[in-house]
Amino acid sequence: MLSGFLEVMRRDVRLAVRQGMDSLMAVVFFVIACVLFPLGVGPEPQTLARIASGILCVAALLAAMLSLERLFQADYEDGTLEQVALSPLPLEAVVVAKVAAHWLVTGLPLIAASPVLAILLQLDAKSYPALLAALALTTPTLSLIGAVGAALVLGARRGGVLLALLVLPLYIPELIFAVAAIDAAGFGYPVQPHLLLLAGLLVAAVVLVPWTAAAALRQALA
Amino acid sequence: MDDGNEMSEAGPVVRDRPGERWGGRWNVFNRYANPTRFMQLSAKLVPWFAGATVLLMAAGLYFALFASPPDYQQGESVRIMYVHVPAAWMAMFCYTSMAVASAIGLIWRHPVAEMTAKATAPIGACFTFLALVTGSLWGKPMWGTWWVWDARLTSVLVLFFLYLGYMALENAFDDPARGTRAAGILALVGFVNVPIIKFSVDWWNTLHQPASVVRMGGPTIDSSMLIPLLVMAGAFTCYYFWVVLVRVRGEIIASRIRGLRLRQVHG
Repeated sequence: MLSGFLEVMRRDVRLAVRQGMDSLMAVVFFVIACVLFPLGVGPEPQTLARIASGILCVAALLAAMLSLERLFQADYEDGTLEQVALSPLPLEAVVVAKVAAHWLVTGLPLIAASPVLAILLQLDAKSYPALLAALALTTPTLSLIGAVGAALVLGARRGGVLLALLVLPLYIPELIFAVAAIDAAGFGYPVQPHLLLLAGLLVAAVVLVPWTAAAALRQALA
Repeated sequence: MDDGNEMSEAGPVVRDRPGERWGGRWNVFNRYANPTRFMQLSAKLVPWFAGATVLLMAAGLYFALFASPPDYQQGESVRIMYVHVPAAWMAMFCYTSMAVASAIGLIWRHPVAEMTAKATAPIGACFTFLALVTGSLWGKPMWGTWWVWDARLTSVLVLFFLYLGYMALENAFDDPARGTRAAGILALVGFVNVPIIKFSVDWWNTLHQPASVVRMGGPTIDSSMLIPLLVMAGAFTCYYFWVVLVRVRGEIIASRIRGLRLRQVHG
């Protein structure tokens, strides 16, 4: 079972790496979206420093969402998903493997890009550890919740727009606690409670999502 | 296509579900999985709910607008409460019914439950919208602002988006049965929001006041206001059952028309 799990994960990562630009699209979007804000709000450092945490989290959330459509769509269209569903590996494990691969190719690059963008947005230097910790706890949850949405819209008309409508309301708690953690660090308040809440959301998602997303995949394949 | 209508030589037939033969305590539950039986029962219930809605709404509005006293602090604007609070209750009640009906539909492939979930979504969305709008109108004179981003208001707004997402997903597939099942899973996922709405006023320090009717130790609201409030809540609930029955009946008739059309096409 473990070998099958690792194989699905390795395959998804390899596909993403070989397609190159496709998987970088999320990071490029993240960078451009963040750069738009100083141009739209104005370049005053105080204003930017105050809203930097919000900009970074909202842009990261949108970037994570944009790449979700690819999670199951291609495999669904060419029939790979049906083959994987027929294999002895439980569909729940397939979901976890694909989500892990998705996080490796989109979540990790987002975290890596965030400190550079934080400099551009004049984020307080005290907030950097909190920013990295919050994103490290948030992005896996975003990929997990997004997997449920991506599985639900398989075969739907205008799946991409629909996915945004389904997933964004469920992302709101993530956004609230991530911004709260970064802001708390900036103001010198304790960061830990917010991070613990984010970790709690991650644990809940790890437990509940594979089950739900597998149910959604089964009814898509039925 | 698993909507209870199957094609046969004689045209679409409404088939009894296999579970019907189990008997025992599942009997009532399975009995109305048959759309024809549901049509017979609902035809009898609709006029009663319609009548109850009209009577309770008339009585409730009279008590709420004329017979109840103005609030000592809020004055006449407290009367918004008699629409706002029942609408907010119904917003959560409708989502809960939708989630329960979706679960029954997903687990037992109960066709009437699936249609009930589908029929509930627009009604619940309207109640949520009504709660948000009346809350906003009440907030302006009381809090001095149309909107604040406190936990109660935000979580109700998320509830509204969940209803919209449910309806969009439900309509996004060419196969209506597929749409209902996908939307059913979404309804169950979104159910986490309902307890968050209920307890948001206790968990966070919100501008929205905490519960004053359904709470430990009994209501803190005076009976001169509680009675019109409960009458209005009864009226809203009867209205929901009235409209949902009419909508499910419409769904069943629409699915029969689909069956007939298919029969014509395939000769």
